[in-house]
Order: sequence, then structure tokens, then C-alpha cells
Amino acid sequence: MDTIENVTKDDVISLLQEVKDPEIPRVSVVELGMITGIEISSDNKVEVRMTPTFAGCPAVEILKSEIKNKVLELPVEDVEVKVDYDIQWSTDMITEEGRRHLKESGFALPAHLNNELISIDLLTNVECPFCGSKKTRLRNPFGPTLCRAIHYCDACSQAFEQFKPV
Amino acid sequence: MSNGEQHTTAIKNLLFRMADDELIIGHRNSEWTGLGPILEEDIAFSSMAQDKLGHAQALYNILHSMGEPDADTLAFTRNEKNFYCCHFVEYPIRDYDFSLMRHFLFDTAEAIRFDMLTKSSCQPLANLAKKVRGEIKYHTMHANIWISQLGKATDESNIRMQAALNECYPLALGIFEKSDYENELMESGVFDGEELLQKVWTDIVTEVIEKSNLKMPDINDANLSTLAFGGRKGYHTEYLQPLLDEMTEVYSIDPSAEW
Repeated sequence: MDTIENVTKDDVISLLQEVKDPEIPRVSVVELGMITGIEISSDNKVEVRMTPTFAGCPAVEILKSEIKNKVLELPVEDVEVKVDYDIQWSTDMITEEGRRHLKESGFALPAHLNNELISIDLLTNVECPFCGSKKTRLRNPFGPTLCRAIHYCDACSQAFEQFKPV
Repeated sequence: MSNGEQHTTAIKNLLFRMADDELIIGHRNSEWTGLGPILEEDIAFSSMAQDKLGHAQALYNILHSMGEPDADTLAFTRNEKNFYCCHFVEYPIRDYDFSLMRHFLFDTAEAIRFDMLTKSSCQPLANLAKKVRGEIKYHTMHANIWISQLGKATDESNIRMQAALNECYPLALGIFEKSDYENELMESGVFDGEELLQKVWTDIVTEVIEKSNLKMPDINDANLSTLAFGGRKGYHTEYLQPLLDEMTEVYSIDPSAEW
């Protein structure tokens, strides 16, 4: 009988680094903190749990199928992706690597909320991703997607987007 | 009905009331897409509408897990008699002052409701509430800023916002119309009730309104305070069925079509 190497959680996680946010293709679902659990049964069936960023995020179905197809590249019997509402996503769950990739993609970073709700103070004088100035103004808490806000920098006169804290 | 059945029916009724409110106001707010008075507001209303539809879908998903049909079937195949939204969300968008005041009054109530539900004994609903309340905070922040800006900007903007408030306020009270399951929900720790919700809402709304140079309407008249009742029991305004027809026009051509 051939030996089957058991797939590990680490194998799954490192592969899921290749599944990117469809709207910010530098950042993976792992870096965004969307993967909330991975179970591998003794007969090599994998269950991946993911939590959506925003309840109304239209990318959830796409991500579910991308995650499934990606994990199927491993020698596994079957993959099931479940949407997990038991853990509520927050921008605090984005990894340091994820924050670095967001910044490199031109986004201002979300302030850490530490389980508090967002307040207007956390949205003002956000650091400009282009020139680093904090002389900035919130123009609209709603941007081109649910997870982005639009700010304006008075120092370099540019509009910029922020991955908004939630 | 046994106690268990009564309990399940009560939770489903609450979920339907909330989900239907979200679905209908989400569709109404989406009518501003491409028509907002300034670009930022166009985007804001579209974005908030998308949030509302997401919340509706999540609530329908909980219903689905309790044995009801899936979210699309619930949203797009019921007729108006089986909808439990309040009248307030059914009204056309009208002028921007009306839409903005509705957004303020409705979303303030929605934010408080979800906040109360974070402690619900219905665990899936409590989990969803914890998720949604951070998103709604953006909505109420947006509403509060505009009410304050327009309440204080010019005579014309103040007069128009006051007129919108006078018109919207009695309609907004329909949000708090009790269903037949109110006691069951309160006794079983699912929801602390419409009366408490309305009390907290009135305090918060009054504070924002008064800071914005506007006046709270005086409605002690019982006829006015129940003017917009009926929605929670399946009786609706003339505006709902045409909206449902429009929302489901494409779906109805072929409900089994794959997209």
C-alpha cells in the first residue's frame, strides 16, 4: 500500500496565502484574519471556516469557491468551506503582514479598536499613505467598497483610501 | 402550540420583522444610486443599502437554519401579506430631506435593537448582532452629521429638515409596533422588547435633534402615534406590493435560473 502523507493545518494555511481578496489582490484571506478554523479528519477531509469582513460583502461566495478549489490542490478527500458567524471579524484580526501589504497597496491603515466601537476620533487625522502627514480629513466613511473610507490629505493634496476600522 | 413551538414561532416572527425592514429599506436606499445630491452621498446611500441587504440576507439565513426556505426564496417569493416590515420603510424615497430623516430615525432604532440583541438568548442572533453593530455605527455617524449640518446650515435647510422630521416622526413609531409574541420574546430573554427600544431611541433622537436646532414634534395624540401600525401584522401601505413586483420582476421570469 502506498503511504499517504497526512495533510497538516500548516499545509492548508500556507496554500490559502494564495487566495487573495478579489478587491485588494496583494492581501490574502489568511492575512485579513478571515480564516477562523481548519479541521482535518482522519480520513483526510478538510473543513475550513471563514468569517466575512462585512455582512454584506459580495465577495463571500467567490472566496468560498476559491478557498475550496485551492485546498483541493492538496491530496485530500474532500473540502468543505463554512461561513462562521460565531467569530465576528474585526480589522484588529488583520495580521502584521496583512497590514504591511495593505499599506503597500496604497491604503491608510485602520486604527486598532480593541473591542471598542468605531468613533469619529478614530477616523480623523489618519496618516496619509502617500506623504505620511496627519493633516488629513475624512471625506466619506463610505468608499468604493464596504471596507473602505475616503480621506483627503491637506499636505500633499491627494485623496486616499483607508481600510476602515470595524 | 407547545411551549417549544411557541418559542420558535416567536423568534421567527422577530427575525422576519427585522429582515423585512432591512430588505425593503435597503431597496429604497439603493434608489439613490446615480441620483444622490452630491457624489459622496450617492456612494454613501449605495454603500449603506448594500449593508442593509447583507443584514437582511444574514437574518434570512438564520431563518433558513430554523427550517424556512433559503434567503432568495424568502426575499423574492412572498406576497405583501406575508411581509412583516413596518410602513415607514415602504414609503418612496421622495426628496432627499425625507430619505435622510428616515435614514436617521430608522438606523438609530436599528443600531439600538442590534445592541440589545448582543445579549439575546438566541445565540445565532446574538452573534450576528455583535457583527452588525460595528457596521451600523458608520450609518448612525453619517446620519447624525448630516442632521446636524443641515439643521444648522441655512433657514431653508432648517425648515426642510424640520418639515421632514414632522412628517417622518409619527411614521417612525410604526417601527415599535408590537407583535403577538412580545411577551414570549421578553420572558425567554430573546429580546428586551419594543417599549424599551422606543424609550432609548426617543432619548437619543431627542438629543441629536435638539443639538441640531430642530424641535421634536409633539405627538401625544393616540391617533398619530398608531398611524403607521399594521405592518408587523401583514397590513401594508399601497407602496409595498408595487415595490415587491419591481424587485422580483427578473427573478419571476425564471426562478430556477442559475446566475
